[in-house]
Amino acid sequence: MFRSYPPQIVLEAVLNGLLTGAVYALVALGLTLVYGVLHIINFAHGAMLTLAMFAVLVVHLGLGLDPYLAILPLTPLFFGIGYAMQRFVISPASRNDDGAILLVTLGLSIVLENLLLAIFRSDTRSLTLDYSFSVVDLGFALLSLPRVIGFGVAILVAAALWAILALTDTGKAIRAVAREKLGASLVGIDVNHIYAVTFGLGAATLAVAACLLMPSFYVNPRVGNAFVLVAFTVVVLGGMGSIPGALVGGLFIGVVESLCGLYLGESLGQIGIFLIFILVLLFRPTGLFGAKA
Amino acid sequence: MADPILSVSGLRAGYGATEILRGLSMSVAPGEIVAVLGSNGVGKTTLNMVLSGVVKAASGSISFLGEDVTNAAPGDIVSRGLVHVPEGRKIFPNMTVRDNLVLGSYRRGKAARAANLDKVFQTFPRLKERVSQLAGTLSGGEQQMLAIGRGLMAEPKLLILDEPSLGLSPLLVEEMFTLVRRINADGLAVMLVEQNVVQSLEIASRAFILENGVFALEGKASDLAASDELRKAYLGM
Repeated sequence: MFRSYPPQIVLEAVLNGLLTGAVYALVALGLTLVYGVLHIINFAHGAMLTLAMFAVLVVHLGLGLDPYLAILPLTPLFFGIGYAMQRFVISPASRNDDGAILLVTLGLSIVLENLLLAIFRSDTRSLTLDYSFSVVDLGFALLSLPRVIGFGVAILVAAALWAILALTDTGKAIRAVAREKLGASLVGIDVNHIYAVTFGLGAATLAVAACLLMPSFYVNPRVGNAFVLVAFTVVVLGGMGSIPGALVGGLFIGVVESLCGLYLGESLGQIGIFLIFILVLLFRPTGLFGAKA
Repeated sequence: MADPILSVSGLRAGYGATEILRGLSMSVAPGEIVAVLGSNGVGKTTLNMVLSGVVKAASGSISFLGEDVTNAAPGDIVSRGLVHVPEGRKIFPNMTVRDNLVLGSYRRGKAARAANLDKVFQTFPRLKERVSQLAGTLSGGEQQMLAIGRGLMAEPKLLILDEPSLGLSPLLVEEMFTLVRRINADGLAVMLVEQNVVQSLEIASRAFILENGVFALEGKASDLAASDELRKAYLGM
């Protein structure tokens, strides 16, 4: 069953895995951030990614905007959508009860998904770009250009997110609210505003992820779920709420998927991901970078 | 007495159907230390939570610097200079000492942040030594200093200290009361909410004794310290 491959093929698989993994990490960042601050899983994360991917499709087909340039308008737009969703839908509908937030985000995902289904039908679409199949020749390996760009931008976004959290007042307020809500209120931090900013940041990272995915991937109204399932594994592996954990976990999961694909066949690539998911839950439920509960 | 900076009248509040504060009236004048004393569970912390806008008042009114702040948002109350250092410190354990202090000026005092940071380090040299350490790794006494330092970063006009001596060793308790007196010596009004009756009465100018949601006794701290009723109830003499 296991064939042996020349080292160059294995190396290429590892590199490709890292490239895919960076985008998994990007999708996982928003999920882990929202979990870290609000302590809930945002079930609307996948639907938001799908929405963002359709947005890339629409601005490309409608306005002729290149997916990479679409990062500039779509990131702030999705920050706004995420902010508004938390402030004006999720928070009022759930009265900040954790169980209710979970159900509201689940409901939102159903609404979004079916709205997209009604508008775009269930067809799978992709973009035709002249660089979709371009490759980068490293001498020892050939890599897909869109995925190399995706890797670079995803790492940049992770670094930017880290800088926002570490250096700005708003970022510090987010970290404060994550651990000590009452203390945060008493220094004058508006907790509901910070919750909404956190959702906004999560949605903004999804907009970037969508722009990076579309040149080499397809979109249909359910495509986001596949990514979020993987992202959830990344979050559990990295440690719920940990930003470095999401980055390292994403890269690791990408490599595992790629190597499993190589050795077990492309269609079984995801077996490794869920095997890891189960192993982490069994032996290290706090994840790689997770704090002890 | 000068116009009070804080005045509370007929304040009632509670959680759900349970009424905790049953009609409180009090005031704090500029520059004075007012002690609010009482044992566990009489409503001291609830009073602080209502004053800082975290718990809503059911009825009654609160005015600060002559303006009505009843049920204002916590951020708005901090902006006006009414700063509450809560019981149990509620510092941010996952952040450095510096970031904790910086967040003290999130709402107010941002312009003078660097200067105020220096001032806090002068008051608490210990915090300066630990500036890059995570707040959660500090000792109890240091965490209390950090909580007070964080409060001072907002350039308060009235500082509410909720049980600053709780959980400290007797030596540190002594230090804490000296510190409160020192903060007050610069003209800052302090509302000191404590279980530690004797030491609080020593440094306060006036005091209110809270029992089951009402003020059972109030008056000059020196009079209360000499009152038989108080000595019987709290000092067992």
